[in-house]
Amino acid sequence: MPLLDLANPSRFLSFVDRVLPWLVVATIVVFAVGLYQALLVAPDDYQQGATVKIMFIHVPNAWLAMFCWVVMSIAALGTLVWRHPLADVAAKAAAPLGAAFTFLCLLTGSLWGRPMWGAYWVWDGRLTSVLILFIMYLAVLALWRTVEDPSRAARAAAILTLLGAVNLPIIKFSVDWWATLHQPASVMRLGGPTIHSSILMPLLIMGLAFMLLFLTLHLAVMRNEILRRRVRTLRLMQAQAGG
Amino acid sequence: MSGLAALLRRDLRLAVRLGGGAPMGVLFFLIVVTLVPFALGPDLALLRRIGPAILWLGALLASLLALDRLFAADHEDGSLDLILMSSVSLELAVAAKALAHWITTGLPLVIAVPVLALFLGIEPWTMGAVALTLLVGTPALTFIGTVGAALAVTLRRGGLILAILVLPLTIPVLIFGVAAANSASVGPVPFGVPFTILCGLTLISLVIGPFAAAAALRHGLE
Repeated sequence: MPLLDLANPSRFLSFVDRVLPWLVVATIVVFAVGLYQALLVAPDDYQQGATVKIMFIHVPNAWLAMFCWVVMSIAALGTLVWRHPLADVAAKAAAPLGAAFTFLCLLTGSLWGRPMWGAYWVWDGRLTSVLILFIMYLAVLALWRTVEDPSRAARAAAILTLLGAVNLPIIKFSVDWWATLHQPASVMRLGGPTIHSSILMPLLIMGLAFMLLFLTLHLAVMRNEILRRRVRTLRLMQAQAGG
Repeated sequence: MSGLAALLRRDLRLAVRLGGGAPMGVLFFLIVVTLVPFALGPDLALLRRIGPAILWLGALLASLLALDRLFAADHEDGSLDLILMSSVSLELAVAAKALAHWITTGLPLVIAVPVLALFLGIEPWTMGAVALTLLVGTPALTFIGTVGAALAVTLRRGGLILAILVLPLTIPVLIFGVAAANSASVGPVPFGVPFTILCGLTLISLVIGPFAAAAALRHGLE
């Protein structure tokens, strides 16, 4: 099974070395196509003008922010249930990326809200739940840094991640459950997307671009983490032998 | 004098390399500010009016949390005894440690104020007043907290009793800090009056704090 083959860290490292350059190229290409489509081809909104194009950055970031927590949750199950050797590396690598995507989502949304709603921030359901997601990302990062031993840190972070996954449906349905300024669901809803294809297509391309970006960065960070652990083990062995 | 500079440099380097103090303090500050709208409701007008008070309370609690690590690490590995026995005056050594602590935990809180002010919808003028009062007030909080940290250094679970010891002493700083920050937006009292009193309180704490903390350390560690 390919997943079990990759469980060997050395084999994983050689896999990443082979695959990563292609992923980088693919990311750049899809970003170029997506940005061209989003900025030059997609039409302006009749009400918002060109400001609506922040959406092409804001929405994929939001998708990735939630997707990263899903990845962390699956990795958490991998650590706790299936004992996959690289699960905790995947979880530790995904956490800062997810925090960055959430931060960018909040930042671009805030900059978009200033001209549209007149406020940088309102405490409505969607914004507050995404802010809570950002705080939980930072909490997981703090937990990873505070617990010394990597495997104990992995188990603690895994439990926290699975608990925090309850926030994801809250974010998704917050625009339905509470009265909100934020745009209700327009893409992933029961009746199909309500966006016109001239705007939906660039949005999906940008979503794919950001997904490739996450994949590229995730593999690179996983590689760094494996190498970092090897350095740590070598240092410990050296300290024991020398002392 | 070079001994003090070395102590300051050591504390700064340790704080930066170990991490934890500044990011966790700012994160706690963010969480406190986020909790308030959950408790009060999302009424932005209300939040704007009590915004300076919320920021001051959050900064006070966040700087309180970090006080634990002021003497604890040095006490555990014996460095505190070495500092006590060294030729450097203990009062100045405590002041150097407290200064390093403020730079690494208090100053980041002040830097975080503009972002958190956005969450509460505070006007730029008021935000500037809050940042300025916190810049002057957080050293007072740190130096007063040094006394509590010194009193609690020998206790194992010093955390909560540290808060109980320190919080009543910080009330004057809180009163005048919030008064100065509020006067920028509302109220007949001009900014200068509570602000200069706040400066005075900080200067007093810069002197009394190290002396009291040094006395507490001497008695606690003998």
